[in-house]
Amino acid sequence: MKSRDLIKLLLYGLAMLGGGVFLLYALSGFGNRPRLIDQGVKDKILHMGNGSEPSGIDVHLTTGVQEHAIQMALTEGLMSEDPITLDPVPGMAERWDISEDGTVYTFYLRDALWSNGDSVTAQDFALSFKRALSASIGSEYSYMLFPLVNGEAYFKGEVEDFDQVGAKALDDKTLQITLEYSIPYFLSLINHHSWYPVHIASVEANGGFADRSNTWARLGTFVGNGPFVLHEWNVNSVLSVRKNPLYWDADSVKLNGINFYHIESLDTEERAFRAGQIHKTYKLPLPKIPHYIAEKDPRLLNAPYLGTYQYALNTSIKGLDDKRVRKALSMSIDRDSIVRNVTGAGEFPSYSIVPPDCAGYNSRSKVEYDVPEAQRLLAEAGYPGGEGFPKFSILYNTLESHKSIAEAIQQMWKENLGIEVGLENQEWKVYLDSKVRGDFDIVRFGWIGDYVDPNTFMDLYTGNSGNNNTRWASKEYDSLVVAASKENDPEKRLEIFQKAEEILVDEVPFIPIYYYMSTYLVDQRVKGLYPNLLDHHPYKHVYLEE
Amino acid sequence: MLRFVAIRLLQAIPVLLIISVVTFLMMKAAPGGPFDQEVKAMDEVIAALEAHYHLDKPAIQQYLIWLGNAIQGDLGPSFKYSNRSVNELIASSFPVSLELGLWAMMIALGLGIGAGVMASIRPNTTTDYLPMSVAMIGICVPRFVMGPILILVFAIYLQWYNASGWFFASDRVLPALTLGVYYAAYVARLTRGGMLEVLGQDYIRTARAKGASENRVILRHALKGGIRPVVSFFGPAMANLLAGSFIVETIFQIPGLGRFFILSAFNRDYTMLLGTVLFYSVLIIVLNLIADIVLVWLNPRMRFE
Repeated sequence: MKSRDLIKLLLYGLAMLGGGVFLLYALSGFGNRPRLIDQGVKDKILHMGNGSEPSGIDVHLTTGVQEHAIQMALTEGLMSEDPITLDPVPGMAERWDISEDGTVYTFYLRDALWSNGDSVTAQDFALSFKRALSASIGSEYSYMLFPLVNGEAYFKGEVEDFDQVGAKALDDKTLQITLEYSIPYFLSLINHHSWYPVHIASVEANGGFADRSNTWARLGTFVGNGPFVLHEWNVNSVLSVRKNPLYWDADSVKLNGINFYHIESLDTEERAFRAGQIHKTYKLPLPKIPHYIAEKDPRLLNAPYLGTYQYALNTSIKGLDDKRVRKALSMSIDRDSIVRNVTGAGEFPSYSIVPPDCAGYNSRSKVEYDVPEAQRLLAEAGYPGGEGFPKFSILYNTLESHKSIAEAIQQMWKENLGIEVGLENQEWKVYLDSKVRGDFDIVRFGWIGDYVDPNTFMDLYTGNSGNNNTRWASKEYDSLVVAASKENDPEKRLEIFQKAEEILVDEVPFIPIYYYMSTYLVDQRVKGLYPNLLDHHPYKHVYLEE
Repeated sequence: MLRFVAIRLLQAIPVLLIISVVTFLMMKAAPGGPFDQEVKAMDEVIAALEAHYHLDKPAIQQYLIWLGNAIQGDLGPSFKYSNRSVNELIASSFPVSLELGLWAMMIALGLGIGAGVMASIRPNTTTDYLPMSVAMIGICVPRFVMGPILILVFAIYLQWYNASGWFFASDRVLPALTLGVYYAAYVARLTRGGMLEVLGQDYIRTARAKGASENRVILRHALKGGIRPVVSFFGPAMANLLAGSFIVETIFQIPGLGRFFILSAFNRDYTMLLGTVLFYSVLIIVLNLIADIVLVWLNPRMRFE
């Protein structure tokens, strides 16, 4: 009996203690607590929302935008970018020579240090490229380095000696890169994180050189060369970085640190912003954007983003194999009405593939919104007034905004062409699976450019593109894209793209709908953060003003 | 007692095996794989990834490799978080869910039993209807409504608490309330029912006849029997609470296990999914066992059964 009384006493005691502590916790919320963002301005720490938990920070293993946002703080490539125009500016490379034919780049590295004090060498870069091209690491972005001479061959195991690949350290500070063909946007291209260097000694000390499970890229073992160093990393919570005193340009870094908060839900993030916890959100929930626009809230930043929202058409099935039908479908969509009434975040309607002002390129050929012509084409294809038109459905991944757009288009096709299409939503991974297997009639998808050049969009619809799920291919189109890549004259090159895009608009393997926007909230004390096409914000230019 | 515990634990082994096999089969049957992304990776890359995670082997072999490691306590690497292991992700997130669950449990039991007892003293009067109506509202308002309302009032307007995160002591308050109040409502109704049943029994009449004070009758004699339904309800409910609530963890951005559990299924993060399912199963089995032991302790009659 005695022990039972003891247990009882213990339980009561625990309950009382628990209640007391909880009350204390509850009370600790009161009082004059400085808001995190006010404290941040004082301490020069930027608090920003950064989407869901990054899969990692190893530049060779990640594909996401939120990972890149962190990598930009921790690592610097050969080049960096201008915060406004995104034009390449010197990074680890102080200067460079380009051969006459544009295929050989010689980079002269500056005296820069890794965060552990080692100096950054040309060998670091060459070995990093080797790692990125090692098939065993399973890097989704290996192909970004294929322009290197023998890059693709090395990846595929056709060339085993990396010395034959076009990336050589001539000495500690000189790196020579040889390309298969000239690439006018090469200096921008190498700003992609797949071209960033990794600290080879740290990699080798924590696992295999090209082993995916290598644990070097974690707190304690990670070594970087960027303006900030890794300071704290709590999964699903916060990853913080602090100023790197060894960074070559540390004097121009104005922030003392950045805290990246990994908040999965956009609604939760927006509430954290309103409660004064973060200076900048990652995104903004779509239904809330029109409200902020209507209020003319100065904290709303809404800028064009390098991406196209589109419907890919399965051109191998009956009905959609007819160019006239595809054209009719595309011509009968009132995109103005969609961006005004459905999406509502100030998006621009899309009439072709490449977003406006993409490295000086503006598409000439456009889909017209022309209902009578669409009706005529449909009749010509054998479906006058939509009669006898096969039943199709629009496939999208389960999301309210995709559904609204699909419903609007369903309605437009019904009214303008007299045809019925169904809607079908699938969970994300199921949808991806259907898309890749070609198990769809019409599928929505978004294409985001990797670098600011029309090529990143033009590549998508070439015959050998792994992401062209339309079953449409044109030899003429493919040869134009190849011709553009070999053209050294910038004017002529863009002209070739115009011709290629003309084919896309005429053949309609896909229906462009609108161009993406990047939309988020920023506290007005955050300065030096400019909207741009890739939504990149080199942090050394960002500062907080009291 | 020891024999009882040992038998129950032995029974758990085939149960866990069956759960892991069924999970594995369902996971394999679901379309899409861990490495499908918006931008499709090259075939060579997919092949390298599959080889690295043994996905190129026959399904049976994949399962056996996983099982072999799991028996030795290694749940494998996460597919999504490339340099983290499932063990460490569970180890870092479970304590958070556990803490939140304990606070929520405290609120649920404190508020729930209190309200239930109060309601049962004078059934069908205002002191019954009032707490029971509040409890009804507590059950009906879903957590994804309750959470944002609490945040709106206490974090955004009053600025007493943070709207999200798990950094300060005060960050525990709103999520624990959101999660706890829902269970408190259940507990209140169960307590009321249990109490009403017990209060009508002979031994209560005996206690009153002996001249025990009403307080003593309610708190010492009746309550012990009256909360029995709560204990049987709380076994499985505790597992739910402690393993983390996906909804509450998402609304408040709490780095707990509940979100990993759900997201691993969406991500097709096979090892993470199998690992969390296995962990969750063990948790339920153990908590149910504890609930049974407590029930026996509360009700000596059950010792013979």
